[in-house]
Amino acid sequence: MESSRSRRTGRRHSPLRAAAIALSLATAAALAGCASADTTTPSSSKQSAFKPVAQKASSQITVWADSTRLPSVQAYQKAHPDVKMKVVTYDGGADGSTYLQSKVQLFDRTGSGWPDVVFGTPTDVTWASEATKPGAQPFAAPLDEKLVPQSTLDGFAKGSLTPCQFNGHTYCMRNDIAQVVLWYNKSLMDKWGYQVPTTWEDYEALGTKVAKEHPGYLVGSVGDTNSHESYFWSGQCPAFNLTKPDTLRTDLQDPKCTRMAKLLDNLISAKAIATQGFFSQGFAKNSGSKVLMAYGPSWYGQYLFKAGFKTPAKQIAAAAPLTWKGESTAATGNVGGGVWMVSSHSANLKASSDLVTWLTTSDANQATAPTYPAYAQAAKAWLANPANKDYFANDVSGPFEQAANEVWTGWSNTRFSDSTAWSSVVLPALTAGKSLTETLPAWQQEIANEAKSQGYKVVDQ
Amino acid sequence: MTLLETERVAVSPVRRGTTPRRTGGGRAGYFFVAGYALLLLAFGVFPTGYAFYLSLTNDRGQFTGLNQFTKVIQDYRFAPAFTHMLIYLVMWLVTLVVLVVLTAVVLRSRVRPGTSALFRFLYYIPGALAGVASVLVWLFMLDPDVSPVSWLLTALGFKTFAAVLAPGNLPLILMLIAFWTGAGGWMVVMYGALNNIPDEVLEAARMDGAGPWRTAWHIQIPMIRQWIVYMAIMAFATGTQLFVEPQLLQTASLGRVSPTWSPNQLAYVYAFQQGDFNGAAAISVVLLAVGLLAAGLLVARSNLFKLDEK
Repeated sequence: MESSRSRRTGRRHSPLRAAAIALSLATAAALAGCASADTTTPSSSKQSAFKPVAQKASSQITVWADSTRLPSVQAYQKAHPDVKMKVVTYDGGADGSTYLQSKVQLFDRTGSGWPDVVFGTPTDVTWASEATKPGAQPFAAPLDEKLVPQSTLDGFAKGSLTPCQFNGHTYCMRNDIAQVVLWYNKSLMDKWGYQVPTTWEDYEALGTKVAKEHPGYLVGSVGDTNSHESYFWSGQCPAFNLTKPDTLRTDLQDPKCTRMAKLLDNLISAKAIATQGFFSQGFAKNSGSKVLMAYGPSWYGQYLFKAGFKTPAKQIAAAAPLTWKGESTAATGNVGGGVWMVSSHSANLKASSDLVTWLTTSDANQATAPTYPAYAQAAKAWLANPANKDYFANDVSGPFEQAANEVWTGWSNTRFSDSTAWSSVVLPALTAGKSLTETLPAWQQEIANEAKSQGYKVVDQ
Repeated sequence: MTLLETERVAVSPVRRGTTPRRTGGGRAGYFFVAGYALLLLAFGVFPTGYAFYLSLTNDRGQFTGLNQFTKVIQDYRFAPAFTHMLIYLVMWLVTLVVLVVLTAVVLRSRVRPGTSALFRFLYYIPGALAGVASVLVWLFMLDPDVSPVSWLLTALGFKTFAAVLAPGNLPLILMLIAFWTGAGGWMVVMYGALNNIPDEVLEAARMDGAGPWRTAWHIQIPMIRQWIVYMAIMAFATGTQLFVEPQLLQTASLGRVSPTWSPNQLAYVYAFQQGDFNGAAAISVVLLAVGLLAAGLLVARSNLFKLDEK
C-alpha cells in the first residue's frame, strides 16, 4: 500500500516537473530569440486593385438583411422571379452588434461563405473597405468601379455617401438617413401657449419654464446610446473628427462641446431633460405621455412617438434643427441610417448590384420604406406618400428636407462605434449624478483610448 | 441505518485491496477511454496548443516572442478587465464556500431527512437553467419597473435599471447570478460528501461532548476538505471564464456595461472586432496560466490527489 502510493505520487510529479522545465525553457528561448517582428499588421498598407472572382451569370445570391429591411428584399424577389436569391435575416448591426464583422473575419480565414449582399451600419463599412488580414481582399466591393453608374451615386443627398467613401472609392449605398430635427407635441404646446424654439437659447429657456410650470414634463433625454449624436453632433462638437484618414481629432474642451454640455447640464438639473433613455425599459409606460419635446432623428416620429409612446395621431410635429443665436450656419446630427454593401467575393456582381440599386434608389421600394431615403429622388416620393406623413400634426416635409442637407460632415465614420464610450462611460456617470461638463474629460479619454487601439493617431487640436 | 453503515465500513477495505490489480483488462480500458481521449485531444489539447502558437507569432506567422503578451497587457482595457474578474472571483469564491458548506451541514445535521431532500431539490432547480436563461431571470429581478421585488430595490435607492447596473454593482450582480445557478448543485455534492462520514465518528464526537457546531467545525468540515478544495478549483475555473453573463448584461443595458468587462470579453473583442487572433490567444494563455496557477496552489496545499489515510 505505502509503496504503491508513493510510486503514484512520484509519477504524478514527473510530468508536471517536465512541463515546468519545458515551459521555462520555452520562455527563455522566446525572450532571447529574435523577437523583433511586428505584433500587428499596419492597417494603412497599400491595397491592390479590385479583382472580381470568376462571374457566373444567374448564379444564386445570398442576401443578409435585418428584419426591418426583409420585406423590401422579398418585394424585389417577387418583382424579379428569375433572380435566384437566398435571404437570411440577421441583426443588421443594430445596437453596436458586430455579428457581420465576426462572421466576415471567420469567412476570410476559411476562404468561403461570404454573403453576396448585406445590410449594415456605416461603421461596418470602415472595416469592410479594408483587408481583415494580410492577403485578404476587402469584403466590400468598390461600387464605383463599373458596378453602379456615377450618375446614380450622384443622386444621393448631400454628404450622405461620405460614410461609404474610403481611399477615393465608394463601398456602399446609403439606404436611409436619420437627420436630427426638433420634435414637439403640438397639442400641448398650443394648449400651454408656448412658442416652438428656433435657437438653442430659446430651447433652454423654454425647458426651464416647462420644468417650473409643468413639473414632470420633458424637453428631451440624454440617456440613450445615441443621444450624443442628437446633441453633440448637431452642436458641431469635434469628438470624432478624422482630419486625415488615420488621424482622429477629439477635443471635448472645444467651446462647441462645452456650451452644449453646459446647456444640457442646466436642463438636467432642472429635471426638464431625463438621464433615463427614451428607449430604456419602463420609460414609455412611466413618462411616454410627458414628452413635450425631443431633439432626435427623423425616425423618432414613427418609432418613438407612434410605436413606443403610442401618442395619438395629429399631436406630434417636427421643426427645423436649432441654431445658436448669432450663428448663421445651421448644422444637425444624424442618428443611424443603414447601408447596403456588395461582397467583393460575389460570383454574381451584376445581380448583387442590381438588387442594391433597386433597394436604395427605386421609388417602388423607397416610397413605402420605413425610414427616410438617402436617395434624393426617392425621398421626394417618400414624402409624397401620405402614409409617411398622416400621423403628424404638421407637414414634416420642410423640416425633413432642410435637415437632410444640413447634416454636419465633421463627425466622421470611424472604425469603432461612437456609441461605446458614450454608453459605457458617460451614461453611468450621469446616472450616478455627475454632470456632463465634469464627465467630458473621461469621455475624451475613452474615445482616445479606443481610437489608439484601432490604430488611429489621436490629436486634440 | 447503522447496519448499512457497518456494511459500508466493512466493504471499503475490500475495495481498496483491489486497487493494485492494474495489469489485466488493459485493452477494454483503453477502448473505453479512447472516445473521450480523442475528443479531448481534438477540442481541448489541440486548441490549447494552437493558442500557444498564435500567442507567440503574428498574423503573418512570424515569431514575435512575448511581444503579443506585452501588447495586450499594455492595452488600456487589460487591467480593468482583470481587476473586475479578481473582485468578482473573491466575492464569488468566499460566498460559495461559506454558504454552500454551511447549508450542507445544516441540511445534513439539523433538518429532518424528508425536509432536507425537499430543500436540496429546491436549491438545485436554478442550476437546471442554462447561463443565458438565468441572466434573463435576473434581468427581470433587477429591473425596478418589472421586478417582483421592486419594493426592495426602491428601498435600497435603485429607481431605474440603469442605477442598478452602476459599474460598482456589477461584481455583486454577477456573483448573485453565479451563486443562484451554481450553488445548488454544489450543495447536493457537499451533502453527499457529508453523508460519507461514518455515523460512528459523529457519535463518538457527540459522546465526547461536542455540540453540533463543534462537530461541524472540527469533524465534518475537515473530513470533506478535499471536496471543498475541488469545488473551489472548479468555481475558480468557471469564474475566470466569465463571458455570457456580462455580455448579455451589456446588450440588455443598451451598452451601459463595458463590452470588455471581463478578460474573456476582451479576448473576444480582440479576435472578432479587431481581427487580432494572436492578441486574443495571448489573453487566453494568460487566463490559462492564472487558472493553472490557482489550481496548482490549491492542489498542492490540500493534498487533493493523495488517497485518504486512515
